[in-house]
Amino acid sequence: MVFEKVAAMLAEKLECEVSKITMDTKFEALGIDSLDVMELLMNVEEEFGTEIELGDNKVNAVGDLVTLIESKLQ
Amino acid sequence: MLKGKVAVVTGGSRGIGAAICKLFAKNGAEIAFLYAGNTQKAEETQKELEAMGVKAKGYQCNVADATQVAATVKEIVADFGGIHILVNNAGITKDKLIPMMKAEEFDAVVDTNLKGSFYMIKQVYPLFLKQKSGKIINISSVSGLIGNAGQANYSASKAGVVGLTKSVAKELASRGVCCNAIAPGFIATDMTETFTANEEIKNAIPMKRFGQAEDVAKLALFLASEASDYITGEVIRIDGGMAM
Repeated sequence: MVFEKVAAMLAEKLECEVSKITMDTKFEALGIDSLDVMELLMNVEEEFGTEIELGDNKVNAVGDLVTLIESKLQ
Repeated sequence: MLKGKVAVVTGGSRGIGAAICKLFAKNGAEIAFLYAGNTQKAEETQKELEAMGVKAKGYQCNVADATQVAATVKEIVADFGGIHILVNNAGITKDKLIPMMKAEEFDAVVDTNLKGSFYMIKQVYPLFLKQKSGKIINISSVSGLIGNAGQANYSASKAGVVGLTKSVAKELASRGVCCNAIAPGFIATDMTETFTANEEIKNAIPMKRFGQAEDVAKLALFLASEASDYITGEVIRIDGGMAM
């Protein structure tokens, strides 16, 4: 559920096929920088109505972000 | 020049901050200003701004308190629907020679002047990032550029503001957000009255006069407007030539 949402947001931002995005996809490979990840996180916050702080978490791949969001939603 | 914009000004009830609020309001901006404790002065300023035909509101907030800052910025966004310009102007002095300066006096000045600016920026950052625009103007000081005897705490905090400004500018430049600093010299306000009574200091200024809060406000207006869209990470002295 979270992955699908994140993948859809990324696909929309990058204007690419959603099927190209997997849990293992690295943000760097998508040409996404740390500010883009922050922006994505803010959109996710809005979507799920929760506050998510990146804190010290390293978010390199789509899966890292999905895991972080899922942990905050529990 | 600022029609449709919402400006947040810290330390906005008097001195340089109030002059900035008034000039921004005159140019069409809606004004949310923060003040530390002088409620009467804040109410006066709010009334003056409202009389200029713009929406304006004062918020009591200690910028050195991160929790208060977060709550206040949230309140402003709810009241005004967004923020486009941030002016970090709130500042205090506790001037003493270093042997007499207590650690707490050093901390208090850094907490308000430097960390207060950081806390404010931290709150508007996501908003500006998302809207891909925004202007951040930090009030530094000539004292932060060239130092000043008796102002170790103040100078350090204002030099810190310069570093903060440049880092923010670099972080957000690709997102259309500008962050610049103003470094005033001796401006005649309540905060500087011990200096501005001094003829010797006046004579050390090439222009032989103290600046007015309105002089600083005009520069802030330029930095808040589209006229400065290609300027970021810059520190502009406004000091009658004192520190050149």
